Amino acid sequence: MIVFFQSLLSGVLIGGVYALIGIGLTIIFGVMRIINFAHGDIMMIGMYLTYNLFAMAGIDPFLSIAITIPIMFVFGALLQKLFINRVLNALPQNQILLTIGLGLIMSNTMMLIYTSDYKILSTSYSSSSVKLFGISISEPLAISFVITAAITALLYWFFLKTDTGQAIRATAQDREAAQLMGINVKRMSIIAFGLGAALAGTAGALISPTYYIFPQIGSIFTLKAFVITVLGGMGSILGATLGGVIIGVAESMGAVYISSGWKDVVVFVLFLLVLLFKPAGLLGKSRM
Amino acid sequence: MLKIDKLNFSYDDLKVLWDIDLEVHEGEIVSVVGSNGAGKSTTLKNISRLVRPDSGSILFQGEEITKLESHQVVERGIVQVPEGRKIFPEMTVRENLRMGSFIKSAKATRESNMERVFTLFPRLKEREKQLGGTMSGGEQQMLAIGRGLMTNPKLLLLDEPSLGLSPLLVGNIFEIIKEINRQGVTILLVEQNVYQSLRIAHRGYVLETGRVVLSGKGEDLLNDPHVRKAFLGM
Repeated sequence: MIVFFQSLLSGVLIGGVYALIGIGLTIIFGVMRIINFAHGDIMMIGMYLTYNLFAMAGIDPFLSIAITIPIMFVFGALLQKLFINRVLNALPQNQILLTIGLGLIMSNTMMLIYTSDYKILSTSYSSSSVKLFGISISEPLAISFVITAAITALLYWFFLKTDTGQAIRATAQDREAAQLMGINVKRMSIIAFGLGAALAGTAGALISPTYYIFPQIGSIFTLKAFVITVLGGMGSILGATLGGVIIGVAESMGAVYISSGWKDVVVFVLFLLVLLFKPAGLLGKSRM
Repeated sequence: MLKIDKLNFSYDDLKVLWDIDLEVHEGEIVSVVGSNGAGKSTTLKNISRLVRPDSGSILFQGEEITKLESHQVVERGIVQVPEGRKIFPEMTVRENLRMGSFIKSAKATRESNMERVFTLFPRLKEREKQLGGTMSGGEQQMLAIGRGLMTNPKLLLLDEPSLGLSPLLVGNIFEIIKEINRQGVTILLVEQNVYQSLRIAHRGYVLETGRVVLSGKGEDLLNDPHVRKAFLGM
């Protein structure tokens, strides 16, 4: 029983970070109807940013998100302004090519600078854990989960209570009607992509104490983000939150009860089952 | 107030508007009538800058607006209630109205405007917390008009407000349009319901295949033999 709760808890903790990545992708999709195939690479940039702040300035990875978040927001906003805004009315395949291309440029640029060697960001607490009711909780995962929860709560408040947040939702629900309300939809798109990139970057920062850092890590997480958002329902923030936690738990359970080599199989079987019985995703009907 | 001069527009190779001249004076209700595909909605889309014209000018209070972005047109005081209502389906009635007061100049009067909308449409007050997408067609139309009023429009563009409503509600909607006009909002109304819309209009225009074929006072147009034959079946 202890093993069950142990893997459930680890799954939920890592699922929180997954949710952050998924929410970012779903916001971008919701507002722009574009699937950002550079999402994992943006996360990877966030990892390197965190690594550098730690290695060069000695800033703790969890504290450094105060720097990472604004930088990644501006990075995402610029990507939208300079590239994505130009293809908003283009064919879907062109949009896909653009985001894949941007991702390739990011990963290859990082490879040029840092080579493809694995980097490890080890803090004093990287491998420490606390015991609670016989369950051991990894300290960095626990801290990252608390931060994730706080950011998610803040995000919900932003989308439900502020004018700008509501305007972004309005743009996602009906772009033309939003324009007729005097909402500058191009500006909202820039904010939305900035938010998506900031969330991906934050996720990168949060996992950097527990993951290897290398330039190609992005593609793994792009796929993961895609699975999470499709599972939860494209464009649904609540769906992405739920999807992230489900994928986290599925991986963790799969690793414990089958084998860690098979955890991705568990995830994809689950994914296919959901698509089979609920093709629009778990919360597929709801929009932002 | 609004002066459209020789407006031409085409969707790709298909020319839709031919040299449209149209004027709206302050305080008026002006109706544009015509059958499906005559170019009525396209004219409104040009005013709201959702599409770009081939040529021609649109002056609003002396300012050329064909260079502006959609949201800037709204900031100048032109608000459109689009065909098919286009309310935000996953937002509550209150949130929808709140989006109507997104622009800076409307934020200050948000609460008083909300009261004004609720007085005009008591039904919306009852449904305040309901999601827009779950309401009936008539309620959605009220919400769409209410949302437009939240922006403090000087000129309200209404695109087919009676479309899809029950006959009883159709009469109601036209009474409400008159009431909004009495409160000082200039109205440009686009309708297929030729009789009702010309009846409440000060002036009207008849559009056929993208051209203005007739214009004049509302009641004169109602008595015009061509209008009676083509639209009223008399």
